[in-house]
Amino acid sequence: MREFFAFVRKEFLHIFRDKRTLLVLIGLPTALIVLFGFAISTEIRNVNVGLLSADDDVYVTRLMEKIDRSEYFTYVGAFRSEAGLDEAMRRGQVDAALIFGKDFMSSLYSPEGADVAVVVDAVNPNNASMEVMYLSGMISDYFKDDIVSMASYRQQMPATGRLTPNLRMLYNPQLKSSYNFVPGIMGLILMLICALMTSVSIVREKETGSMEVLLVSPVRPINIVIAKMIPYFVVACVVLVNILLLTIFVLKVPVAGSFFWMILVSVIYIILSLGIGMLVSTLVRTQIIATLICGMIFLVPVMMFSGMLYPIESMPEPLQWFAQIIPAKWFIEAIRKIMIEGTPVRYVTKEILILTAMAVVVFTAAVAKFNDKLD
Amino acid sequence: MAESNSDRFPVVIDGLVKSYRKNAPPAVNLGERVEIGRGELFGIIGPDGAGKTTLFRMLATLVTPDSGTAFIEGTDIRSGYRKIRTLLGYMPGRFSLYPDLSVRENLDFFASVFGKDIDENYSLIGGIYDRLKPFEKRKAGKLSGGMKQKLALCCSLIHSPSVLLLDEPTTGVDPSSRRELWENLAGLKESGMTIIVSTAYMDEADRCDRVAMMKSGRFLTIDSPEDIISKFGKRLLAVRSDEMFRLLRDLRSMDTVSRCYTFGDSHHIVLKQGAGVTAGSIARELTERFSHTGVEVREAEATLEDCYMNLEEK
Repeated sequence: MREFFAFVRKEFLHIFRDKRTLLVLIGLPTALIVLFGFAISTEIRNVNVGLLSADDDVYVTRLMEKIDRSEYFTYVGAFRSEAGLDEAMRRGQVDAALIFGKDFMSSLYSPEGADVAVVVDAVNPNNASMEVMYLSGMISDYFKDDIVSMASYRQQMPATGRLTPNLRMLYNPQLKSSYNFVPGIMGLILMLICALMTSVSIVREKETGSMEVLLVSPVRPINIVIAKMIPYFVVACVVLVNILLLTIFVLKVPVAGSFFWMILVSVIYIILSLGIGMLVSTLVRTQIIATLICGMIFLVPVMMFSGMLYPIESMPEPLQWFAQIIPAKWFIEAIRKIMIEGTPVRYVTKEILILTAMAVVVFTAAVAKFNDKLD
Repeated sequence: MAESNSDRFPVVIDGLVKSYRKNAPPAVNLGERVEIGRGELFGIIGPDGAGKTTLFRMLATLVTPDSGTAFIEGTDIRSGYRKIRTLLGYMPGRFSLYPDLSVRENLDFFASVFGKDIDENYSLIGGIYDRLKPFEKRKAGKLSGGMKQKLALCCSLIHSPSVLLLDEPTTGVDPSSRRELWENLAGLKESGMTIIVSTAYMDEADRCDRVAMMKSGRFLTIDSPEDIISKFGKRLLAVRSDEMFRLLRDLRSMDTVSRCYTFGDSHHIVLKQGAGVTAGSIARELTERFSHTGVEVREAEATLEDCYMNLEEK
């Protein structure tokens, strides 16, 4: 046992001596969370809205005030002509505009109804469609609630009710992208720290020749590897706590479900990733190959096939099958369910079982593959 | 293996063969049985690629031989490698310790890996470690080459092994550190430790009790350095002239010369058996026939290197 602790101590020394790597390990998740949480977001913000209205209608002005009050849009002013609006849009002063026809309010009560045009700068199609969606939502809200209440006050309510779609965004009512990214980043970072760092640090001993000396010692070789995992397990746990703290207190994403189960799933995933790192280290001889394998074979698929960036359901079928063997996919799904949706744990059993089974398989393979000789 | 025999010979090599690829010649192909006695300093000399490292790895139980075996303290390296690993001290050629750990931390680590305290066996490494003491807190990566080797030697000695395997311990080490290392080995040998050491430097082999000359995976000869030299049995001349490079070519074209190679600042030539020439006649021929200037030819004493160069022909 003393030999074992000497090993663990040595590994901790390696990690703490290499300040830059440690800084990256702790700093990278922080940077990613902040980046994805604030800078890189699929939400729209600070969209400049212009107005083209034939006449100054008080209801239109009120609508624009309402739009301006929202956190997504800024009302920049009214234009008198289409040419003026066009010019402003070209210059980038206006991203979206509402165009009201002549006698808008009076035609609102006519049987034909009134027209409002929503014009957006669609250079960025994603933003454009979101702007249209938000704007039309706000307009219909405005006319449904505000105008109708005013109209009923004036006893001029239209005779027939319209069918209005009632959209609800569940679990993420504000459509915050951090709800989607946080589980993804957790899946990515934990895999990076555990698989990459463990495999590289084991392979480094092979490369420098110290593994030869360690093997020619009474320590059971498997203990050498287990001792390597413990410090990275600790680092991964620190990073996990770091991510969760940032998520809850900085990004303000609440943990809807059980905290205990969320941590437990993460720990299973960490152990699985450590096993992958160990398996890789038994298969390769150089650090650069270990890095490439972990980077290319594990990190890229985690990005592509875990549902973090692209929904798995819309992939071609063979790729969907492939996605099933990506550990991060199951982890991210489980974390999404527990953390964001607040699902009771019995509905996450499948994910937990799959992750556990994967961990068992990977560890068995790694131990079977582990060679206490050089050839 | 009879018990009494293994007491006298802690290391017995018995026809080890190892090849890494099917079609390539084996890296190590030892036909004979070699017994290495207790307290013997056994040298293996040979050029790079002779199979020294593979042989060491087989003895250190890191590589399984294709056929043949070896016994360390009477234990078969094939079946009893767990036991052997507690008896061995092994220092691989490119062993670089942990550069980010301090001298003391490295030593502490290797001591506890073997379940030992530094104090327990300090007497064994004391002579070597005292030189490192002033640098105890320094990172191993910041030590000079010689210092690193000293520390590596300490680390492989800290558990008091009965057999010590050193694979090219002096490669990349300055001459004075090399001399110190050999002095340390002589001291360890006195304490009864069996030491097998490989080197590519012929001049170091003189310090061994016995030397095995290795080439292409085989032992060409195994004998004490003195016996190897005394069995040389050929006439050796050292030749110099003002044009050393042309001289080498010209010497090789001469009928009476069987081998010619550069040795230090002169060329050594081995004369063919029964060639009736003298140093004087060679000098004359070089001056007259090849018009060399400043020719200087003298009889030379054979060294291990000369023996080695001439063994290759077999």
